[in-house]
Amino acid sequence: MLEIEELKVEVGDKEILKNVNMEIPDGETHILFGPNGSGKTSLMMTLMGFSGYKVTHGKIVFKGEDITYMPIHERARLGMGVLFQRPPTINGLKTRSMVEICGRGKAMDVETLAKQLNFSDFLDRDVNHNFSGGEIKRCELLQLTAQQPDMVLLDEPESGVDLESIALVGDTINALLHRGVKHSKGKPHKEANGTKSALVITHTGHILDYITADRGQVLYSGALCCSRNAREILKWIREYGYEECVRCSM
Amino acid sequence: MFNVENMPDNTCDINLRDYDSEAKDHDYVDELSRIETKDADKFLNVGVDTHENGRAGTFIQKDKSVIHCKSCQDGVDLMGISQALEQYDRIGDYLWKNVSPDTDEFTNRAKEKPSGGYFIRAHAGVKVAHPLQSCLYIAKEGFSQNVHNLVIAEQDSELHIITGCATAPHLMSGMHVGISEFYIKKGAKVTFTMIHDWGEKIAVRPRTVIRVEEGGVLVSNYISLKPVGSLQMFPATYLDGKGAVARFNSVLVASKGCFLDVGSRVVLNAPGTRAEIISRGITTGGTIIARGDLIGKVSGVKAHLECKGLILNDGLMQAIPQLSGYVPGVEMSHEAAVGKIDQREIEYLMARGVDEEEAISTIVRGFLNVDIEGLPPKLKAKLDKIVSETQKDMM
Repeated sequence: MLEIEELKVEVGDKEILKNVNMEIPDGETHILFGPNGSGKTSLMMTLMGFSGYKVTHGKIVFKGEDITYMPIHERARLGMGVLFQRPPTINGLKTRSMVEICGRGKAMDVETLAKQLNFSDFLDRDVNHNFSGGEIKRCELLQLTAQQPDMVLLDEPESGVDLESIALVGDTINALLHRGVKHSKGKPHKEANGTKSALVITHTGHILDYITADRGQVLYSGALCCSRNAREILKWIREYGYEECVRCSM
Repeated sequence: MFNVENMPDNTCDINLRDYDSEAKDHDYVDELSRIETKDADKFLNVGVDTHENGRAGTFIQKDKSVIHCKSCQDGVDLMGISQALEQYDRIGDYLWKNVSPDTDEFTNRAKEKPSGGYFIRAHAGVKVAHPLQSCLYIAKEGFSQNVHNLVIAEQDSELHIITGCATAPHLMSGMHVGISEFYIKKGAKVTFTMIHDWGEKIAVRPRTVIRVEEGGVLVSNYISLKPVGSLQMFPATYLDGKGAVARFNSVLVASKGCFLDVGSRVVLNAPGTRAEIISRGITTGGTIIARGDLIGKVSGVKAHLECKGLILNDGLMQAIPQLSGYVPGVEMSHEAAVGKIDQREIEYLMARGVDEEEAISTIVRGFLNVDIEGLPPKLKAKLDKIVSETQKDMM
């Protein structure tokens, strides 16, 4: 689904990503761990093609097509979608209209989609205007549910979400990925292979209680330094910190 | 009293001698369906529906002639100011009591060369089910329409007024001077929506003062999306009674050659009073000066001012927010931002599959789309259409 080859990225004059290689096959969910400032969000913004992230070397291939210099909207139309951690407010644009924009003419029932995310009361409010952290996540997921991307980039989907809502967030992500996952007693298990892929940034790892991951990777100072089972990585980080991931990979 | 010291500098020179205060009389029209189509279209652009669907009354003045006037609701007086002067013996308690004729050359002109205006009064306890609509229309080339409007909402009444000002198509020159005095008495509410559709060479000088008593509410919406030569207005609202509230929304577009100096002042004179001024402006080559002035005179008042301006292409967008607190215990804030469209907003929409041009259009449409309380659906649909057309013109 997604291949990243020897990717180097600068923001301003500073190199943020240093020779990143990554492959996410069809139907797989990968987790990206890393401390603050390691370049996780920069990688996601680069994959989506946002301005300010200058690719100086390497390439990004999505569904077999080189998208390294493709405009943002073309990547979205090709099937890439992103859940933003801190999306901007768009004054005067109602959430309902935004969801319809995401659907791009597809027949859908916005009310029903919103109801599933307990978000009906927000449809007639301006997009992200005075939304709490959890409301922003539900708004983002509602848009992605309408958009139905094949590859989902999720930037800290659990941050700012209260304990009651995090299961809802997890369920929605699983539905997006076409994965049937039951989360009981914090131990999810995969019931069926999904048809869509995901790259999930997490700082705390809490989301792993609600979604299943095929692989975990650690980004540290702009370079990937570990790739293995996501829950194992999380355990190591919790016990020994990120420095151990760097030391171990050396 | 509203005096000249309260006015912002008038940076646009107007020679009053260029305008004629005389105009021929126009015939009264009993049935609005008989209004000429070209005029009716202009009226609808400023919210005046000649089918009178969902309206509590209609007042239309063409040049200096009242051509239609009818109130459909008991307890609501609606008439020309000249008629009110004859019929309403207490009118002297209100006219020129808040605006002095000596304020400036425009107020002086309205006093010396009056050409009508409307009188609207809701009797105590009367709440209108539908909006009243009024239109002040200039049809004569070079005419100076100098009106004096008086609005009285008696105790516990409720008024909703949609007032449109417009000029005949292809009018090259004209001036509108509008003195407006509002009295919102104890527990009354007035929602006042004003839509302007002037010509590109028209000079407009409204002079408005509003007094709000205890528990009274004023909601004022002002929309000017079409080109206007020169517009300068700075209504002053005095919240004199405990718990009185004033809310101002304005949406302005200035294309090349337009000059809009638009602001509001609210003086919070009593405990528990609240005020909010929200202004949005887009310049595509013209000048917008967006003023806001909040004055807290006693403790326990709350006020907020928000001014956002977009500069598409070039032009001047100047935000002048001003807060004055005279005692401790006032809670006043402002937020002003001027600039181009935030690139993050454009790219956020693009990440949902929208190309850059459509993303910008969507943001501009949203920016102009201020929610206006109680706007009739038909007018809302019309405004949405005008916003959409304006946005296309800008692009």
